[in-house]
Amino acid sequence: MNHSISLTVNGARRDFVLDDARVTLLDLLRERLHLTGTKKGCDRGQCGACTILVDGKRINSCLALAISHDGADILTIEGVARGDQLHPVQAAFIAHDGFQCGFCTPGQIMSAIGMMSEAQAGNDPERIRECMSGNLCRCGAYAGIVDAVLDAQAGMDESNQRRSA
Amino acid sequence: MKQFDYVRPATVAEAVAAAAQPGAVYLAAGTNLLDLMKGGVSRPDRLVDVTHLDGLDQIERLADGGVRIGALVSNADLAHDADFAKAYPAVAEALLSGASAQLRNAATVGGNLLQRTRCAYFYDTASRCNKREVGSGCDARDGENRTHAVLGWSENCIATHPSDFCVPLVALDAIVEIEGRSGRREIALDDLHRLPGDTPERESALEPGDLIVAVRLPPAARGFAAHARYLKVRDRTSYAFAVVSAAAALRIENGKIAEARLALGGVAAKPWRARAAEDMLRDVPPTVDAFQEAASRALADAKPSGDNAFKIELARRIVVRALSLAAAGTPVRIPALPASPFASMSGAIHARA
Repeated sequence: MNHSISLTVNGARRDFVLDDARVTLLDLLRERLHLTGTKKGCDRGQCGACTILVDGKRINSCLALAISHDGADILTIEGVARGDQLHPVQAAFIAHDGFQCGFCTPGQIMSAIGMMSEAQAGNDPERIRECMSGNLCRCGAYAGIVDAVLDAQAGMDESNQRRSA
Repeated sequence: MKQFDYVRPATVAEAVAAAAQPGAVYLAAGTNLLDLMKGGVSRPDRLVDVTHLDGLDQIERLADGGVRIGALVSNADLAHDADFAKAYPAVAEALLSGASAQLRNAATVGGNLLQRTRCAYFYDTASRCNKREVGSGCDARDGENRTHAVLGWSENCIATHPSDFCVPLVALDAIVEIEGRSGRREIALDDLHRLPGDTPERESALEPGDLIVAVRLPPAARGFAAHARYLKVRDRTSYAFAVVSAAAALRIENGKIAEARLALGGVAAKPWRARAAEDMLRDVPPTVDAFQEAASRALADAKPSGDNAFKIELARRIVVRALSLAAAGTPVRIPALPASPFASMSGAIHARA
């Protein structure tokens, strides 16, 4: 049986006909929209490489059925930059060598963006490590990742202060 | 993954009717179910998607002083609800010690209660498992079983229930509201999960079609807010299931414990309420000696199911530590590493070995 769903992906409305209810958001993004920035690591919710924002919240897209998310607003790594201007978290990952092979990086960046909007970690490195524990890095670039997130958080705090001043 | 029919009911009544059919299961966030389906551990014919049902995602403060949590409230939304966390700090801490931020954002209250065991032999379809395939045997009995049950297990199954959330909930007398084929009913959370006995495949008191619609905490649960902790020992400090955990909550009046609540996680097929320990703690001063006696009573019936005798002593110590921290007072903020016994312990009475 076919099922029709519509999603907003990186700001654009997309309609889909699903001929198989088993399709995850991860597979839909990669196979139907060719948005391959979102990575398939474990495909079982353990590594975080598939992290995307759904209605503003970070989730594992490998454990989300597309059919169940009819109407959702989705943000992937392809949607965070503004043209050639990188998202501050992307820029911070480059500045602090927050990666080696890069496979986990889109998930790390989406997770960090989600975490910053949750406002549960602030600028405490221990809290950042705890709140980012759902993203594994097999290369072990964690020190750079934490530095990048701290830097991005500091930049966000500064711009918030400027805005309220 | 096996093919399945997908149904999206418009009402709870439609959902119950659709899920009462053989081979049907409910889909909420799917963070556990999809994992099980990908591994061929669960092979449902029909998924009844309840995520679009109205009215199941509210946290309601009740007139009697209790709280009613809709089954579709996410683990993260509940833990981060400031009023809820203030009234039930051990519950919030337990939630934040579970899984990862991504999973907590998706996973629901109802799904947390009904998550399946993480026993590796249950997950491995090449292994024998009485829970997955009735009468096939239990490869965990002679396998890697250092994290398995030490209370309430049987020769047929030594799996544990993995939830953190359920541990303080059961200590606080949580009630589960269920919509079923014959209407609405409610049961104590303590009666939701079953011990394995001869039927480890029957994990809960739920009947076909039964849908958990809410979890309620009674008015008295609020009375423990000043002295409540959840502690969890894991093989790594974050994003891991409990080897052993404990929820401790006290009401202290005039220097004595007026009422104690204690439950253990990671030790049995259900969240384990330690009533004998609670009874012993009534009307005594909150001392380490009293807590050690309570810990010994809580684990009196424990026995190893394999290479896990260490869990019994570990559970005793984590009970003493959780009670000591609860007596010292609920911290103003949830610690940086929620529920970690390795977090700083300022002001707490240290448990003696």
